[in-house]
Amino acid sequence: MDSAGEVLNDGKITLEGFTVAARAFADKWKRHNLSFPSWSWVPLINRTLLKKEECYLSLEKIIILSSLEGSAEEESLGVTADWWEKEESIDHTVLNVEDEAHYYDYHIVYSASYMVPMLYFRGYSSDGKPLSLDVIKRDLPSSSVSLLLESKWTFITQEEHPYLNRPWFKLHPCGTEEWIKLLSESSSSDGCQMPVELYLVSWFSVVGQVVGLRTPLEMLI
Amino acid sequence: MAANEEAMKYVWEGAIPLQIHLHKSEVASHPAPPPALVLAPRIGYLPLLVPLIKPYFKDSLPPGEDSIWFDYKGVPLKWYIPTGVLFDLLCAESERPWNLTIHFRGYPSNVLIPCEGEDSAKWNFVNSLKEAAYIINGNCKNVMNMSQSDQEDLWTSVMNGDLDAYTRLLPKLKMGNIEDEFSRKESLSSPVSRQGGGTEIDVAGQVKTARIPVRLYVRSVSQNFENLEDVPEIDTWDEISYMNRPVEFLKEKGKCFTLRDAMESLLPEYSGDRAQTSGEEEADGSQETRGEIKLVRIQGIELKLEIPFSWVVNNLMNPEFYLHISVLVIGPQR
Repeated sequence: MDSAGEVLNDGKITLEGFTVAARAFADKWKRHNLSFPSWSWVPLINRTLLKKEECYLSLEKIIILSSLEGSAEEESLGVTADWWEKEESIDHTVLNVEDEAHYYDYHIVYSASYMVPMLYFRGYSSDGKPLSLDVIKRDLPSSSVSLLLESKWTFITQEEHPYLNRPWFKLHPCGTEEWIKLLSESSSSDGCQMPVELYLVSWFSVVGQVVGLRTPLEMLI
Repeated sequence: MAANEEAMKYVWEGAIPLQIHLHKSEVASHPAPPPALVLAPRIGYLPLLVPLIKPYFKDSLPPGEDSIWFDYKGVPLKWYIPTGVLFDLLCAESERPWNLTIHFRGYPSNVLIPCEGEDSAKWNFVNSLKEAAYIINGNCKNVMNMSQSDQEDLWTSVMNGDLDAYTRLLPKLKMGNIEDEFSRKESLSSPVSRQGGGTEIDVAGQVKTARIPVRLYVRSVSQNFENLEDVPEIDTWDEISYMNRPVEFLKEKGKCFTLRDAMESLLPEYSGDRAQTSGEEEADGSQETRGEIKLVRIQGIELKLEIPFSWVVNNLMNPEFYLHISVLVIGPQR
């Protein structure tokens, strides 16, 4: 597949490129992350405007068992199967009184303004009540909390979801194209353009870590 | 006064008369206070009006902390959308004065992002400005490089509706230029800024693609109507599709990119009488009636679609360099 013109050499990506990259990302995720729920491609068919390209990637109902005492253990980042459970296997009647199940939804949405993907997410408790950012930060790996506090380019803001008319949290896109460009340059030996199928995989390998979602190395091939 | 400046003056002076009612559940005084009458600048934001409105109601409020929000016919209003845009979008037929309800309690945080008054409005303005800069120039360095006090002054000029102050500050913003066949010499950006970005000119002197910041709000109704007063009232924001997407166009010699061209690029399913090559007939042979654009409103004006798009942008954009377009369509009948 000719990816010319889809991944731009400044680290940005076109809408067409995003569509290709998103499907490739979802496929690879499914193949290499067997124990994890898969991403779905959500078309906006209920909207008054049906634009087939206007879609986003969705990963929902990821459960983080949160101890009320401290933040999630760093080791749990290592293997994704460790700290999530299929919803059915959680027996709420025997949940430890200190543990609380927090549910997370993640959407990867294309920004036409910045020409890069953006991560939106939200957390809610089992009764559907949204979690505040303070509570969410306690669920994040401690390494990413310090990353958020110290970094100028990775921070979380509360904004309206571009399509769902609800407040979500967004990981700020500032600087995305710069580090994608760096990733692209460092990973190719002959100076070739990053193939579009790997764009979202590379992007998510960095961004996902901030919210504690690990990208299996096999996906990067 | 140059044509461009005159149009900006009209835009900045545009205002909506509001009649603000305190929500009946929050009336703690007898008799209930009369509604507040406020003239709201089109380019302003509802949270900025609170200092003007609150004195009318403060003696009637139940005890507790304020968390202020507005609704129109029960629909909570998104405070970060300029007031004029909210009016153009939600009132098919202009309602003057526009009757809104103010709440001081019970903020619907499941549907509205939080608002801390002027600070939130300012943050939203600066962020939109950065996004517009990114679209026009390819980066937001011009905003980041502006001194803190200049940024403050720019925001203050918008808050106060002070076009003179805003115009004086614009050269410091160095926003790229948007080519306009009709007022090339009178654009507000200083000549120096042309080197920074805007419509790019390559080595051969050919103009490349321009990217224009646009926020499109589309309200779809299911049935055709003769008069605007027949358009049903809006129930929820889910009836509105919001598109935050730049319009891109290639300037071709001898061809004028019109507002119609811009609308077709944003809403190809509503391309009116210009036929599309695909999608006219369903696979099973049934025909789908194309949807129809009934109304395109910008700054309260219903524009003819033949107008050159660059004129529309240069004259009718908001202070954060975004062009807000409200559209009313009849959805495709299936």
